[in-house]
Amino acid sequence: MMPTSEVLPSVADFISISTLSKRYPHSKPVIEDFSLRIAAGEFVSLLGASGCGKSTLLAMIAGLTGTSAGSIHIDGRPPAHARELMSFVFQDPALLPWRTVAGNVSLSLEFAGRSKSTRAARIAEVLELVGLQDVAGYYPRELSGGMKMRASLARALASTPRLMLMDEPFGALDEMTRNRLNEELLALKARQRWTTLFVTHSISEAVFLSDRILLMGGNPAERLREIRVSLPMPRTAALRSTPLFLSLVGEVSMALAMMAGMPT
Amino acid sequence: MSASSLRLPLLTFVVSVLLWQAVVMLFKVPNYLLPSPLEIAALIPARGGDLLSALLVTGGEALGGFLASAVVGIAVGLFFSVSPLVRRCFYPYVVLLQTIPIIAISPLILLWLGNGSLSVSFISFLISLPAVIVNTTQGLISIETNLLNVFRMGNASLWAVLFKLRLPHALPNISVGLKIAAGASVVGALVGETFAGASALGAGGLGYSAIYALSQLDTPYLFAVILTSSLLGLVFFWGVVMFERLAVGKWHESILSERLD
Repeated sequence: MMPTSEVLPSVADFISISTLSKRYPHSKPVIEDFSLRIAAGEFVSLLGASGCGKSTLLAMIAGLTGTSAGSIHIDGRPPAHARELMSFVFQDPALLPWRTVAGNVSLSLEFAGRSKSTRAARIAEVLELVGLQDVAGYYPRELSGGMKMRASLARALASTPRLMLMDEPFGALDEMTRNRLNEELLALKARQRWTTLFVTHSISEAVFLSDRILLMGGNPAERLREIRVSLPMPRTAALRSTPLFLSLVGEVSMALAMMAGMPT
Repeated sequence: MSASSLRLPLLTFVVSVLLWQAVVMLFKVPNYLLPSPLEIAALIPARGGDLLSALLVTGGEALGGFLASAVVGIAVGLFFSVSPLVRRCFYPYVVLLQTIPIIAISPLILLWLGNGSLSVSFISFLISLPAVIVNTTQGLISIETNLLNVFRMGNASLWAVLFKLRLPHALPNISVGLKIAAGASVVGALVGETFAGASALGAGGLGYSAIYALSQLDTPYLFAVILTSSLLGLVFFWGVVMFERLAVGKWHESILSERLD
């Protein structure tokens, strides 16, 4: 029997995951007995090889996939009742091709039931934030990969979420674009103070962005190690060439390499 | 359609007609086998009125069949997309409908609906319907998981998913279905008329005129009827292309890539 304090979300935890399991019929569990607590405003990365259950975990927190056992609470509520608190940024931009950039951003405001006049003001504001104000009237097919991702980010930001769930959002971009978007993401976060759960398989991305990195692996997936990133904020592009940053990247890759050597 | 995109097909047309005229003159082909273009054109002053009234009759019947297949086809597709259960129960029969030889069941339709334009429109409708249903359904249900997830994250209603996601997503497919239906509806009306014949008023359509001209061995008029029929098919097709441009012209690759040529 678990002590009660393990099961009930404490006030300080914005996200509280307790003894979570996910299994599909006739196969080994994907995740078993997984617990995690995240404080409000924290940036936590889930780092691990593809197919280790990181995305499944994110989908469960979003309520897009059901859980088999255990509980998830976001601000004290189960995922299905906390949707208006969160935004999900998917691996692909997932933009509607028949809507312009502004129209796509408008979508999340339409879901939130905002009136047309307040929508227009908010769309302009958010597009300014991600630097897309000049292409508001463009269709997705007219944008580069990086711009599409910015539009996707703008749609996620428009509803002023308190939790951002990001599933390898920059995975398909070239490294330079990815780095720039990482920097801008941190700058945005510093202003808006949302909590972030970020899935990635890029070590340097995880180190650059996170307060905390969870190294995920194993079968079923578990948290193999947790690394706190105590790099100072604000973090800028120059940080990437500092010895401290590089040694952290080295430490994380060593840990990942050791995990890879373990039997799974 | 821009002027430049018409230039080449038009050139092909003119050259073909000239070639046709030359072949008939050169080899002295008898006109009951193959009349020359000039001979067909010469019919217009005397029998243009007949042709026009036949065109209007068939055009009306085909338009009725086409519009009915568009409305019913899209509605059925919407039902299929909303309920997988309904889809699994009925979808195979839509495919089956496509394989029924309309010629075989046309007499039955005449028996039920009587001899006239209503029967002809119904046959036209039956021939056009499957293409609209199949293509519409395809477009409504083949949606990327993450686009659906965007709507799920927004707690979107069934209506929002249907009208903000599924329907716009299906517009290119619906256009394809309607293009097939446009041609099929004209064929359906012509086939229907060969069974239904002239209506009570004695105003036969193009299908009826074709049968009649054949029985009189009036090959030049038969050709005039055939050409008028293709013209009707073209007009229908062009109408759907216009709809497509309006509906998806700004964002869909099929149209945009065409524009780059």
